Amino acid sequence: MSDIILHIIVAVVLFGFIAMFALFAVYAERKIAGFVQDRLGPMETGKYGLLQTIADILKLLQKELINPSATDKILFIVAPVIIFGAVFLGYTVLPWGPDFIPASTYTGLYFIMAVVSIDAIGILMAGWGSNNKYSLLGSIRAIAQMVSYEIPVGLSLIAAVMITQTLNLNEIALQQGILSATPIKFLGVWEVTDIGGILAWNIFQAPHLLVVYIIFFVATLAECNRAPFDIPEAESELIGGFHTEYGGIRFAFIFLAEYAMMFLVAMLGAVIFIGGWNTPLPNIGVLRLADWTTGIAWGIFWTLAKTLTLVGIQMWIRWTLPRFRADQLMSLCWKIMIPIAFACLAISGLWRILVMN
Amino acid sequence: MILKTTIQGFVTAVKGLLLTVRHLFGAKKSRQSFDIRKADYFDKQEGVTTVQFPKEKMPIPEVARYQLHVEIDDCIVCDLCAKACPVDCITIESIKSPVPIGKTSDGSVKRLYAAQFDIDMAKCMYCGLCTVVCPTECITMTNQYDRSSTKLTDLIYSFAEMTEEEIAQRKAEWTRFQAEKEAAKQK
Repeated sequence: MSDIILHIIVAVVLFGFIAMFALFAVYAERKIAGFVQDRLGPMETGKYGLLQTIADILKLLQKELINPSATDKILFIVAPVIIFGAVFLGYTVLPWGPDFIPASTYTGLYFIMAVVSIDAIGILMAGWGSNNKYSLLGSIRAIAQMVSYEIPVGLSLIAAVMITQTLNLNEIALQQGILSATPIKFLGVWEVTDIGGILAWNIFQAPHLLVVYIIFFVATLAECNRAPFDIPEAESELIGGFHTEYGGIRFAFIFLAEYAMMFLVAMLGAVIFIGGWNTPLPNIGVLRLADWTTGIAWGIFWTLAKTLTLVGIQMWIRWTLPRFRADQLMSLCWKIMIPIAFACLAISGLWRILVMN
Repeated sequence: MILKTTIQGFVTAVKGLLLTVRHLFGAKKSRQSFDIRKADYFDKQEGVTTVQFPKEKMPIPEVARYQLHVEIDDCIVCDLCAKACPVDCITIESIKSPVPIGKTSDGSVKRLYAAQFDIDMAKCMYCGLCTVVCPTECITMTNQYDRSSTKLTDLIYSFAEMTEEEIAQRKAEWTRFQAEKEAAKQK
């Protein structure tokens, strides 16, 4: 019984965190957009516009739920829940600190890949259910894009998993710091199990993972439907894409899912490639910086710091690069990223056999 | 070929990212000079360019294409401005006077009362033609441009200063004068 209550509490806390993060991230996004374009961003609601997103969400919550008459009622209503639910489920297996994880499963990474793919179904439901040509076009584009980009994401994750030899995300993070049970070698030659810090991260254990990480980052950007890969939403072409017909709290859920997805993929990348909750500070002789900055509280801090930095980079990219054309998007995926990911997959295998033994 | 374009794409993307990050951190400053008439205007434009309008305002010339003003005491009610107006936003109603009423500040003799002098700012296209034709230069453009209102009729500016009774009185005076003239002719 107490187990169930604990599980419920964990879910509620995570939901609260995601909601808070979305509020903060929307504000940050608007401010970054403003500054990049030499504007100020929101300034009127509260000091420096700090209450802007709270005002926005209050507005969205109050709004009437409108069902356009020609919609497919069930699909239209269920879609936002599925879109958000799929992303929300992904948080179950992400570690926040040493052994501080909602569910430590042996198939964590596989689980994330599986549930996050359901997102695509939700988007298709939203687009089809809306019975609107722009929504349908948006969701067709979204499906084409998400199914294609699932492949480089999967391949880059396999390349990483070949190095880590486990799908448990807590284990993967554990193997990149001073708490590791197995020896860690910097670039495969220098034993750094005791030094830890930035040297023990996966991208430095096997340097080709840096390339893999770039592929993963770009591909997950496309998975989130973020600019420059935002052709499913493409405001200037498709009004709002698959969420054109949504309003009020349903729209809020779709929006929340987008930001939750950003955080999810940033955190997943952080856990797999750049050490997750491990500190970037190494032990240097008597300065036991890594020892001092390891623990649950520090773990949460490092996770948040790394993830928010990555989210910031996602926003920075969004406000810099223009949108890809659909064919450019596909050729980037199929002609560039997948071959490179395959090459990295091969290198991973060789690295594991020849270097990490 | 495709590899070359990809590498080129990445290089230009990085260039773009560096450009935007410079602006991101450059936003700590905001531009110093708002007045384009200053000589160093273009040297002080780094950082945020936003002017937070109702609180801050851009300096503007004293007289330019902004809202109209009529100095009704100088107006001889000649109706030239209303005729010149391409959008017919000026409505003037005049009452003739039997005797000269007075003089404007530039010495023109006033012979008409302005019963109504309305300018519909919602129609006005700010061309300034009325100010050009005005013989006494009583209709001018000011530096006022922000007179927003929730009622459309608030944008009809009324410059005539005569009350209803005054108008009726002046009208009566003129009809009496004309009747007298008619009577004189009959004799």
